This record gives sequence, structure tokens and C-alpha cells, in this order.
Amino acid sequence: MVPTLLGRIQTRLFLLAVVGGVVTLVLAPVLPIPGGWGDHYRETFIVLATVAVLGVAWECVYHLLMQWRWEKDWPTLFALVTLVPEGLLVWLLLRAGHVPGAGPPVLAAFLWHFTAVWIAVWLVAQGPMRVPFIRWRFHGGRLL
Amino acid sequence: MIASEGTLLDETRVYDDLGRQPGPQDLPPDLEASDWWSDEMVREAGLPVTDVPFVSVGGGIGSFVTVDYLRIAGVPPEDIRVLSNLDRPWRTYEYLTRVSQIPRAERIRSDSASRPDNVWGFPSYALTEAIRTRSARPLWQVLREPDFADFYTPRLGMVLTGMEREAARIRYWDMLDTGQVRTVRRRWGGGYFTVLAVNEPGGPSRMVAYRSWFVHLAVGYAGLKFLPELRQFRDTSDFHRVVNAYEDHEHVYTALRQRTGRVLIRGSGIVASRVSERLISERKRHGLQTEIVHLFRTYVEGAHGPHPWSRRAGGDGFAYQGFNYPKSVWGGQLKARARRSEGRDRARIYAEIGGTNTAYRRHWQRQLREGKNGGWYRSLAGTMGDLQQGPDGRLRAYVDSDSSRVELCADYVIDCTGLDGDITSHRVINDLLRHANAGRNPIGRLDVSRAFEVRGAASGDGRIYASGAATLGGYFPGVDTFLGLQIAAQEIQEDLARMGFGNRIGPARSLREWWRWLRDRPI
Ligand SMILES: Cc1cc2nc3c(=O)[nH]c(=O)nc-3n(C[C@H](O)[C@H](O)[C@H](O)COP(=O)(O)OP(=O)(O)OC[C@H]3O[C@@H](n4cnc5c(N)ncnc54)[C@H](O)[C@@H]3O)c2cc1C
Repeated sequence: MVPTLLGRIQTRLFLLAVVGGVVTLVLAPVLPIPGGWGDHYRETFIVLATVAVLGVAWECVYHLLMQWRWEKDWPTLFALVTLVPEGLLVWLLLRAGHVPGAGPPVLAAFLWHFTAVWIAVWLVAQGPMRVPFIRWRFHGGRLL
Repeated sequence: MIASEGTLLDETRVYDDLGRQPGPQDLPPDLEASDWWSDEMVREAGLPVTDVPFVSVGGGIGSFVTVDYLRIAGVPPEDIRVLSNLDRPWRTYEYLTRVSQIPRAERIRSDSASRPDNVWGFPSYALTEAIRTRSARPLWQVLREPDFADFYTPRLGMVLTGMEREAARIRYWDMLDTGQVRTVRRRWGGGYFTVLAVNEPGGPSRMVAYRSWFVHLAVGYAGLKFLPELRQFRDTSDFHRVVNAYEDHEHVYTALRQRTGRVLIRGSGIVASRVSERLISERKRHGLQTEIVHLFRTYVEGAHGPHPWSRRAGGDGFAYQGFNYPKSVWGGQLKARARRSEGRDRARIYAEIGGTNTAYRRHWQRQLREGKNGGWYRSLAGTMGDLQQGPDGRLRAYVDSDSSRVELCADYVIDCTGLDGDITSHRVINDLLRHANAGRNPIGRLDVSRAFEVRGAASGDGRIYASGAATLGGYFPGVDTFLGLQIAAQEIQEDLARMGFGNRIGPARSLREWWRWLRDRPI
């Protein structure tokens, strides 16, 4: 799929909610986070929401960068490695206490959770997404 | 003129002139002259009539993917007829790829998710190949493409066997009627008549009519394109030494193995790259001394384009691009932009992103470097002014550049400048322009709407759709590719579903049908 700006944003929000949501539901209980299951879910879903909210801004940046590419494409690899700057930003914000509602972060839990969500979302966007949404790839990733 | 009508399949017909072939018998004069036909007129002309809601004319890959979509949307095979002179939808494609130097084991040009046998494009060719060969290499290539590796492209053989499997699954053969389509006319009361000339063994062809609500046209290219001086040489001298890369020219490679020679290649597209690859590989494999002179009409020196955010890579004469258009034409922002554009604005987009180009492949780059260093590959900028036979029997090409005229001696000329896009040279399309109120788009080809409906040609509740090369210049530029044909098929299928023909493919149907596809369950 070669994205348009609107398509990027819609795809990100949808996949984070659905795929990211499922991965978080499954993974959260086993992550090394202090407190009970409720705390696990609260912390991880806050991280997920942060990735989604910041993601809208990130997508605008990616869209801008893409303008320098003749083909106006966004290679698979870029979609994967953007995990690094995005993860780093979320982590820094968590550590600085700038994420509303989040407690003090645990690095190992964050790394496991963030990476698992990212890779799952990335994998689904590489192909399986086309199965239920047959128009998606021809519409720049738009779902609506 | 080389071709007047559809097929490039039969090699003798490509060599000769399709227009000179004994054509199907002509229509009765009053049918020929009328823009609208009534049921009585057809009956009186003695044409047997078959009723079927949907007819696809062409029967190449464009018809195949459209019918595939319709079948997946729940249209039964009885409601579809494919009218074609081909017994297999990939015949023309296979012929053109073979002569232009892509044997079955070679890789084609389109990407991993351009699967004419799978409307979802998942699993992609790379994933399928990885599973079949138990190797992660295809996936590793997709991960690094296009910046750190060449684009992954599937092997021709894999593409063809996939289509064969899908054809059987959707009962394509039950829907196919072979013959030459003569015309499509609007019917009084709505819908269309499509006339097919069916060859009778040993006798003259017999004409039959199909009465349908919907007609889809996917007739591919009109024929081969020869530049005037080459055509003139072929007409007056021989077409043995001056060949088009899209006709069988194996004899050139065979002759070069026996006698050293110099080949003049014209053109800067992917076929020119393939032809030079073949010549260079032959040179290496058989220890030949073949010399190559490559003539570029527009010599591209490097990256080019109007702004820093719109520059295409290039060098050594070639413009480089993964596919025939920038990738976002098939789904990203260029697709969205072209879809919104009209008239001159659209023609400008085409001019901006168009132009002959080839893929940057590391293997080809190495070959050309070797050739240049060895002094046996030379590139030249200019146009061929004249082509003659010299006193020694060799060819003399006169090349005009900005300031001078150069005389070049060669043994063969391989013209890689392309296929004929002039839609009026196709009889059925020309007929639509003259009799069905069809029009032309900003670049002169068949004008279609965003849903690929031929504008102006509606007949009551009936519609004509078109896809493929004839519709280049429309709201969607990438028409003449597998993915482009599938995009058109999707738009057409949706439009038909809105009119009650077939179902809309929502997530549930899509999932269910994909699951069937995966298990190769017939539908
Ligand atoms: C050398 C080459 C390589 C290509 N490689 C790729 C690639 O790698 N990837 C990609 O995506 N695209 C590729 N393409 C582009 C495109 O996908 C193919 O050309 C494809 O075959 C086009 O499908 P089509 O249905 O439009 O035309 P065709 O497949 O040519 O089918 C049209 C058929 O209609 C028939 N026909 C025409 N008129 C009549 C009539 N009056 N009556 C009955 N039958 C008629 C003709 O016999 C013809 O076979 C390539 C094209 C060429 C030439």
C-alpha cells in the first residue's frame, strides 16, 4: 500500500486500535509492571493511546518527507524502522512524566509492549489488511 | 500500417500486416450504417442472438481480472461471456514477454503484490515464493526494496501458472467464446449488441450477436509501432535485419552466434534494457564479439525533474523508475491527484510523470559498465533520420543529433520503441467513436469515467466499460498493468453492483472468498 496522508492516519488509528488493542490485551498481564491487572492494562493502554495521538503528528512528518521521493512511496522498511524515533519519543515523554495518567514507566515492559504492538501492526499492514478491506490498498490506506 | 486489429499472438500476422489478413465478413450494410440496432434489424440480418447480461471483449488479462472480480462478487458464469480470439487469457502477454526477452524463468516488471490471479494481492508473490522455495530471500528483498535492493518481481512462470489455477477455479473456460469481435452497437430499448465472427473450420466465418446490458472492452494494444523510416525500410527492403523487439526476432541472436555483427538498439524503455541484456549475455556465454550501439532520442544524463521534490533518477541515457509509472499511481497520492484532475491539468500530470523509463537493476548496470569499458557498448543521442542499405550489404543508419548527422554502420536494427497506442487503429474502438458517441480523453484515447465507463455510450440502463491501454489518459494513469487492470476491475465491479449486477464485496464476503481462494475451492 502506498499511503496518502489521510490514509496513513486512518490506517494507523484503526490498526493500533484493533491489532494493537488485541496485542495489548494479551500481553499486558505478563509484563513486568507493578500492581494488579488493572494497573497493567491502564499503563499499557495509555502507551497505546500515546502512540496513536503522537502518531497523527508523525504521519504528517512522514508525509512531508515522502514528498522528496519521486515515486511518492513509503517503503516497507521505512514503516518498520520508524519504530525507533517513535518509541524513543514516547519513552522520553513517559519518563519525564508528560503523559497524562501514566505512572513511572518500566523500561523492560515498555520495550516488550511497544515492539510487539509495532511489529504486529506493521505485519498486518503488509498484507493481511488487504483481505477484509479489498479497496484499502488502492485508496492510499483510507478506510472511510 | 502494421496492425489494424487486436491480435499480436500469431507471429505471421505480426510480421505481415494484420490489416491485409482476410478479415471476417462485413456486416450487412444497414447494420453497418446504424448507430442503434433494433431486435428486428438483427433478426432480419439473420444473426443468431445469445442473451447474456455481461460481455467482456478481448479475453486478455484485462478481461480475466474483471471476470475474476465479478465471479468473486457472486455473478454466476452463465451471466458472463468472454469474447476473444485467444484460447488462454495470457497468450498475448506471454507472446510479447517471450519475444521481448522474458522467458518463463525470468522475472517480469511488476511488484510482489500485483497478482492477476488474486484480487487481494495476499499472499504476495514474494511470500508465496518464500514458502515454496523455503527461503527467506524474496522477503528479505521486499524488506529492502527499492532503496537498498532492486524491486522484487515474480518469475513469469509463476504468474502464468497462478492464472491458470484461478481460471479453472472461477470456471473461466465455461465463459469463453472464441472468435473475432466485429463491433459493439447500442440497442433500441437499452443495452448492446456485440457481434462475434466465429471461424468455421474450412469455411467462411459465421457471425453471431450477443445481446447484453453491459459490455466490457479490454482489447490491449492496437498493434506494433514502427517509426516511419523503419517502416519504409521494411516495406522496400527486408524485415529480417530491421525488427521490432515485440516481434519474434530470435534469428538475430542466432545469426550473431554465427557471424560477428553490430546491433543498433533504439529506445530507452525496459524492452531496450532486456534486449541489451540478452545481447550481452549471449556475448559472454558464447564468446562473441557483438557490438552494440544504443540510440537514445532523449538522452537522460542524470536526475531530472522540475523541483527537488519531483526528480526522477536517471543516467547513461536512461530515466530510472521501478515500474512504468511512479509507484503511488496505483494507490497513493498520485492516484488521488490524477483522480481529481480534468482536461489540461490532467494532461500535465501525465506529462510530468510519464516518459519512457526503465528499471534500475544492479545486474544491468554491471553489464553496461563492462560494455563501455570494453568499448563494445556505445550510446548515442539523436534521432534516426534515414536507414539504407550500403554497397557492402550492411545497413547504414543516419543519425541526426543537435548539430550534426552521423553515419552508422550496423548489421541489425532492433527497434524497442513500443506498441501502438492509437485507438482508432482498433476496429471495435474506432466503431465506438463513430457510432456509439464515445469520446476521447485529454491525451486522445478513449474517454472513461472514474468507474471506467465509456462516457457518452450509455444505452438505457446499459453501460460500456473499458480498461487497459485504450483508456490511458483517464482519471487513473496506471491502466496498462496488472494492478491497473485490477483497479479498473474493482471500479467496474462496484459500479455494476450499484446497478444490481453482482454483490458489493464487503469485509465478510471478501474474507470468505479469500479463504476459498486459499484452499483453491471452485466458485
Ligand atoms: C512486453 C510486455 C511486458 C509487460 N510486463 C508487465 C508486467 O511485468 N507487469 C504488469 O503489470 N504489466 C505488464 N505489461 C502490461 C500489461 O499488463 C499487459 O500488456 C497485459 O497483457 C494487458 O492486458 P490487456 O487485457 O489490456 O491486453 P491483452 O492481454 O493484450 O489482451 C487483449 C486481447 O484482446 C484480444 N482482442 C483484441 N481485439 C479483439 C477483437 N476484435 N476480437 C477478439 N479479441 C480481440 C487480443 O487478442 C488481445 O490478446 C507488459 C506489457 C508488455 C507488452
